[in-house]
Parts: sequence; structure tokens; C-alpha cells
Amino acid sequence: SSNCGSASCKVGDLEQATSTSPLISSEQIEQLHRRFKQLSGDQPTIRKENFNNVPDLELNPIRSKIVRAFFDNRNLRKGPSGLADEINFEDFLTIMSYFRPIDTTMGEEQVELSRKEKLRFLFHMYDSDSDGRITLEEYRNVVEELLSGNPHIEKESARSIADGAMMEAASVCVGQMEPDQVYEGITFEDFLKIWQGIDIETKMHVRFLNMETIALCH
Amino acid sequence: MGRKMFVTFSPWNWLLLLAALECSEASSDLKETATSTAQHVPNAWFAAASSEPDERISVFELDYDYVQIPYEVTLWILLASLAKIGFHLYRRLPGLMPESCLLILVGVLVGGIILGTDHKSPPVMDSSIYFLYLLPPIVLESGYFMPTRPFFENFGSILWWAGLGALVNAFGIGLCLYLICQIKAFGLGDVNLLQNLLFGSLISAVDPVAVLAVFQEARVNEQLYMMIFGEALLNDGISVVLYNILIAFTKMHKFEDIEAVDILAGCARFVIVGVGGVLFGIVFGFISAFITRFTQNVSAIEPLIVFMFSYLSYLAAETLYLSGILAITACAVTMKKYVEENVSQKSYTTIKYFMKMLSSVSETLIFIFMGVSTVGKNHEWNWAFICFTLVFCQIWRAISVFALFYVSNQFRTFPFSIKDQCIIFYSGVRGAGTFSLAFLLPLSLFPRKNLFVTATLVVIYFTTFIQGITIGPLVRYLDVKKTNKKESINEALHIRLMDHLKAGIEDVCGHWGHSQVRDKFKKFDHRYLRKILIRKNLPKSSIVSLYKKLEMKQAIEMVETGILSSTAFSVPRLAQRIQRIKRLSPEDVESMRDILTRNMYQVRQRTLSYNKYNLKPQTSEKQAKEILIRRQNTLRESTRKGHSLPWGKPAGTKNIRYLSFPYSTYSNPPSAGRDVRAAESTDDDSSDPGVLSIKFSTPSRVSSLQRRRQTQEGIPMRRLHRGGKTFNFGYQRSASQEEEVGAGRRAALGPKPLFHTVDEEYESGGESEEESSAVGSRWTADHGLSREHHKSHSPLLQRK
Repeated sequence: SSNCGSASCKVGDLEQATSTSPLISSEQIEQLHRRFKQLSGDQPTIRKENFNNVPDLELNPIRSKIVRAFFDNRNLRKGPSGLADEINFEDFLTIMSYFRPIDTTMGEEQVELSRKEKLRFLFHMYDSDSDGRITLEEYRNVVEELLSGNPHIEKESARSIADGAMMEAASVCVGQMEPDQVYEGITFEDFLKIWQGIDIETKMHVRFLNMETIALCH
Repeated sequence: MGRKMFVTFSPWNWLLLLAALECSEASSDLKETATSTAQHVPNAWFAAASSEPDERISVFELDYDYVQIPYEVTLWILLASLAKIGFHLYRRLPGLMPESCLLILVGVLVGGIILGTDHKSPPVMDSSIYFLYLLPPIVLESGYFMPTRPFFENFGSILWWAGLGALVNAFGIGLCLYLICQIKAFGLGDVNLLQNLLFGSLISAVDPVAVLAVFQEARVNEQLYMMIFGEALLNDGISVVLYNILIAFTKMHKFEDIEAVDILAGCARFVIVGVGGVLFGIVFGFISAFITRFTQNVSAIEPLIVFMFSYLSYLAAETLYLSGILAITACAVTMKKYVEENVSQKSYTTIKYFMKMLSSVSETLIFIFMGVSTVGKNHEWNWAFICFTLVFCQIWRAISVFALFYVSNQFRTFPFSIKDQCIIFYSGVRGAGTFSLAFLLPLSLFPRKNLFVTATLVVIYFTTFIQGITIGPLVRYLDVKKTNKKESINEALHIRLMDHLKAGIEDVCGHWGHSQVRDKFKKFDHRYLRKILIRKNLPKSSIVSLYKKLEMKQAIEMVETGILSSTAFSVPRLAQRIQRIKRLSPEDVESMRDILTRNMYQVRQRTLSYNKYNLKPQTSEKQAKEILIRRQNTLRESTRKGHSLPWGKPAGTKNIRYLSFPYSTYSNPPSAGRDVRAAESTDDDSSDPGVLSIKFSTPSRVSSLQRRRQTQEGIPMRRLHRGGKTFNFGYQRSASQEEEVGAGRRAALGPKPLFHTVDEEYESGGESEEESSAVGSRWTADHGLSREHHKSHSPLLQRK
């Protein structure tokens, strides 16, 4: 895969490079490239700090998780854990490809695969220490971040909600447990089970199609 | 059409009915037994031996005329209420047919009684009564209870569908009927085009909300629900506007005078009326929200303000011939958010209940009038007209649904399926609004008014009964895509997370996505609107404050009775294995979900259960009771004996609850806290049934940091029970954090999790409280706070 760093990189090369994302059209790739350059300040790579240039992201309670997801090696398919220091445009596209619409005209299998991919992305967001399980602590962290917008809610209630959710997940996934069995955490299979009822297609999909206005970040 | 604009502000139906009655010169007759002899002279039945009743003081008198109207109206309403009670007692019935069926039947019954007892002329529904008194509550209620977020998310589709749908239907039906009228054989030659158009406009006003209850239990998906709701909301307004415009046209007696200019003017007027009404409503909404900011000390008048301002918006709009309906709807939608935060809990409940009550009363009265008019004698039955009306109603609704949705599906990310469209088509039930408009047609302009009224009645009956009853099975048959009604906590969390993720990704890729608009509005709202419209020093969320009050009270009581001791209180059983997985009881899930839905950043109202006819009980009251009960159980258990069982009750009992409220939920950190357990061994004898003991084994690389954090997690609970001091601390902490938070950036700067197990800080393994992450220095403030928090923890810890 070519490392497309210079500004003279042609879109055609990009298209080839992004074979992982066949459903992103070349215009979209171009637009994303422009955005990438904006974010990186015309550098070939983006670092975490560059995300500070997105003002609207500040209001997002899970901002840190989102930023982290961009650098997560698991999402970039570069390794089982850890964070990259910087990503290039190809990586950027890889991450974006998780959010392309699920093409329902593909076969059942493909749809299932896409869905799994997206869920895996989500899983990685929860499972921050890359051990393959979402532990109570990680879950709590998520809940606290989600509730962080409301100053009226204390930490304990957030924690207890996380505990309740974990409990629920445990009961969904494991059912009856042996007395000495220990519930480690939510694995990816359990995660899939939880998500069975929820319609991910409508949610994890960014409308690349209507790009009428591209908000300038500066 | 002569709507007299009374300047009086009295909203009391009865008084104006009384006035109307006097205007229409109804003579009143009681049931024959009572006033057979004397009509206006007080009866002197039991007068003691007097042959001149006028001269002696009568011991017992009867004067029915005086109270007739309020009396009868009250009786009708009571009758309808009794019928509703009966309706709901039989559980299966509400799922079978819409409640409006019941109301119609009651109306027919009353009409029958009135006819049967030969009551001279029952109170007449006058157009001013309808438009000034009966209609506003109905519209207000539907505007107030509308779920705003889904509405605005689907706003384009809804406007497209409701607006254009009403127009298409109105003109389609009108024109087709006109063509029918041209056919000589039906004897309808004198019904001209305008009259047909007017009829079309009033017959196209649907009331689909009435059927919502029927397929609510089939759990229709949110989009569909919203379309139907939105249509109901806007439809009334649009058809009334259209009606008025066409009436104005009708008054221009000569058709030849109607030129293209007039039609253009009509269209322009349509738009202006609609938009102007909305603007009025928004202005009044903001004013009333602003006023509620200052009503802390006079909370009893808060409902009054809400209602009066809404009503005022309606009247003000009507004065300028703008759409009062749209005004009052916009007012309700605008002010709801701010008012709900400002007013006291009781006022809030009062407002909701009162609104439901008023609208219920209005609707009941309208249906009774309808019933009376059904049974009455002024009907003109014309087979052709009526049958074709029915047919065209269905056809045109089908056309409008499928055509308009086809178009809007091109622009929607997630189009409506054919099944959804069938449901929308089939839910085109006509209701009270249609009847009123028909009934109030001015006879002078519509010599064949009875024909129209009859046709309207037939359509209403047909759609309400037949469609209303069969739509339930139809929905189930079509197996419409269901939303998960029982949304678990997990789902609520995940879905919210996804929304944020999506918004974040859209931000990153510079895409002005859907949620961006919402975010922008929220930002604007926080920065400016809320500062102006919301009270300062709001108490905390009501559940929390309520619970704290209870806790405080109990703590005091316990001190007084000397029960307060170190062993009496439960403390987290840390690091226990899961003995058995308890399913969370539904109330707990409900309460958690409630907290989640109300407090998660960008609160999203997922609860879609709207019932036109009653309110669901407030969850927070139930919760308060529950807290109290649990608490008392806890105390009872803990004072009984030292249990080592974590659950404190025999395993057989079902009521092992999970306490989901602050200061009594003991979330047990992962197992690494072995030392913690040692630390709290003295308190192991607790028997709080609410203790949640899950063991989650942590990954092997547990740092000491994490362990320390977990210890500290356990602390707050204990501090709590050493007396109410923690409350102050808790308050302080949140208060100071609030100050940290400041006005505009509240979201991002909220109380940051004390224990950051995620991200780079953790990975670096250092003392993350000290380090600030890449996100910038603002975090240190919070961390500074948490550091204080930790420090105060440590003395207690060191005591071990």
C-alpha cells in the first residue's frame, strides 16, 4: 500500500490505496483528502493534537474516545493493541470506511460482515486496554463520559448505572452462572449478542452523500 | 362566517354556553315528570296548603332553568368519564378500538336521551364556542405532549407530508366531488365548486392520533409514529387555515370575480397565516418561559401562566387572522422545554394533568354534540354524494400517501417502506375536528349544509369504527418494524454513544451532518436561551434531591433512636464473586433508564408512548416511594442481626433490589481490591439487600494506582453513614464543579471521571491525576478537585 504523503499525490493513487473502502467514491475521497489536509495543516500525517482544530468536537462528551479510535491500531488493522502516534491519509480513510453505509444490495453475508466490522469498531471504543473484554471499569468510564454533561449527576450514580448495565449484559450473555464462575467482562461475542436487537445500520452511518457544505475548521 | 370575537378572557365553557343558550333562546325542559306544570315559575309542590303559590314561602322549590346548562354539561362529561372507566376496566378493549369510538357512542347515547325526552333544544355548538373554547385545549395538549426531538429530526418529512397531504386531499376530493355533482342524475347540481372544495378541505382533516393507542402496543417504529403524530399536529391547523380562506372566497359572491390574483393572494395568505401563526407562538412561548423564571415564590400560579400565555397566543394570532392553532402549537413546543425546568414538580404535574383534562373535556363535548346531531332530525341523505365522498376520501388519501412518500423517500436516508405507508394510509381516521368544521358551516352560504353534515358524519363513523377497529390487526399482520420498547440500559447507553460517535465523526470529516444542526442549536440554546429563560440555582435533578431529603431525614431519625453505629450500615462487599446473576427488576431498569434518558448528554427522549387520553404515572414518585421502602427494609435488616449474606434476605424472595441511587449503590470495583476488603472487614456484616456484588476480574496488569482508586471508591459510602456530612461534601463538590463548568461549555467540562482508566494517561502508568492529558489544561482544574477529594478520603483510609 503506497504511502501517500506528498501533496502532489493523485487521487487515483489514493483510490488504489484505499482498496479497503470500495464504497467511497472518488469525489468523496477527494473531499476527505482536502479535509485531511486541513486538519493536518498540509502535513502528511495527523497527530492527536490536530484534532483540537475541530471546534465542534469539543462539545462531544466522548471526544477522547473518538480521537483515540483514530489512532487505535486495532482499527487501523496494524496490530492487536496499542496506539499509533500518527496516521496518514490512508489510515484516515480506513477509519472513515467504518462509517460508510451498509449496502443492502450486497448479499446477506456481506451485510453481516459489514455489521460486524462496525460493531468491532464500537467494541474497540469501549475496550480501551485492548484485552478483548470490556471490564466494569471501562464500562463505567463510558457511562461517566456520557453523563458528564450533566453536573447534577454524581459519580456514584454513573457508576451504579454502569454496574447495572454490566449486570444486564452478564445476564444476557451468560444466563445462569456456576457459583464459582467469574464474569470477566464483555467479550466481543457477548457484545454482538447485546447488539442483536439494535439496528446499527441506521446509526453508524455518516452521510457522505450530501456534502453540500464543508465546514471549515478554522 | 361571523366568528364573533369576544374580548372576554374567561375560558369557562359553561358561562359562555349559558350566553349562547340565551342567544339561541332555548327553552328548557326538564324531564317531563319534573316541570310538567310550571316552566318558569318555581314549583311549589310542597307548599303548605297554599293556593297562591306566588305568595307563600315555599319550603321546597325547584329551579332547573337556572342550572340547566352547567348541570347537563357536567352530566355529559361525567357520563363520558364513567364510560371511559368502564372502557379501561375491560383490559382488552383499548387495544381493540380507539377511545374515540367510545366517546362517539356516548354522544349518540346522550343524543338519544335528549331526543327521547323531547328536550326542546340542547345547547348549540356555536362557531365562536368551538373556536374559542373547545379547540384550543385540544391543540394545546397535542402540541405540549409531542416528542420534540423526533419531530424536529423528521421535520422536513412531516411538513412535506402534512402540508402537502392536506392540500392534495382537499383539492382532490373537492374537485372529484364537484365532478360528481355535475352529474344531473344525482340531484346535486346546486353544489358549486367552492362548496365542494370547502367540503374537501374539512373532510381531509384527519385525527390519526386517536388510533395511535391501538397500535401502540404493536410497537411501531419511531419514524412512523412521528409521521403520524406530526400529521395530526399540523393537519388541524392547515385545514382550518384552508377552510377560512375558502370561506373568504365563498363570500365573494360572484365567481366570475375570482381572478388569478385572488388565487395567488389566497396562496400567499395561506403561507402568511401559517408562518405568522408559528412566529406568534414562538414569541409567546419565550415570554412565558421567561416569566416562569421568576415564579419560585408563587408556584401556585405557574400552571396559570402556562395556560394563559398559550391561550393568549392563540387569541392574539386569531385577532390578526393568523392561524391560532399553529400559534398555540408553536407556543407549547417552545415553552415546554424551559417551563419544565423552571416550574416546581407539582406545577409540572398540574400542568400536564390539567392539559389532559381540558382537552379531554373539549373532545368529549364535541363528540356529544356530534352524537346529538347524529340522532337529530336534520339530515339529508344523498346516496351518491355520501358514497362517493367515502370512496374519494380513501382514494385520495392513498394517492397522497404513496405519491408524497415516494418523493420524500428519495431524500431520506432511511425510507419508509410500503408497509409503513400502508399503515399511514389506513390511519386516516377523521375525528372531532372534521365534525366541528362541518357543523359550523354557515347556512347562508351553504344551503345544503345538512347534506354536508350527514356526509361528514358517515365518513367519521366509518373511519373511526371500521378503520379504528381493524387497524390493530392490520398492523400486527403487516408486522411493522418494531422498535425495542423495552430498551435496556445497555441499549440506551450504546445508542447514545453511537449518536455521539456519529456526530464526532461528522465533525472530523467536516461534514455538516444531520446531528450538526442539532448540536448547533443546542449550543445556541445553552449559550443564550437557557441563561435567559432558566432559573438560576436550580435544584438538582428531582430524584436525587428527593432521595437526599429522605436520606437525611432517616439519618436524623436514626441518630435519634441510637441505631446509628458502625456495624449497622452496609458497605460494599467488594470483590465478591457473582453468586448468582440477578435480573434487574423492571422498576430498577426503569429508574436507571430514567436517569439515563434524562441526564445523558444530549438527552434524547426515547419514550414514545403517548396516549391521548391519559397520562402515565410519574416515574419519580414511584421511585421516591420505592427508595423509602427499600431504605426501611435495609434498616430493618441491618438492625436485626449481622448477616454475612450479602443479600440479607433468603434467596427465595424476589424483592432483592438494586439500588440505583447515589450514596446507596455500592458499586464494587474489580477484584484487585483485596486490601480494600481487609480494610473494610469490620463492616462486612452488612446486609444491604441492595449490594451489588459482582466480581469482575481485572486484567492482570493492575497497577497500584488502580487499586488505590478503587479503595477510594468504596469510601464515599462509608462516609455517608457516619452522618449526613457527606451531603455537604457532595454538594460542595458538585457546586464547585459547577462553577468550574461555567456557562457555555458545560458539556465538555462536566465532572470528569475521577478514575481515568482509559487513554494515554493510564497507559503511561503514571499518576494520572497529576498529569493532564493532551486535551488541555482545563482538565487540571477538575483533577485538582478530584485530588482534594482523594485527600479527604485518605484519612479514613489510613484509619485502617
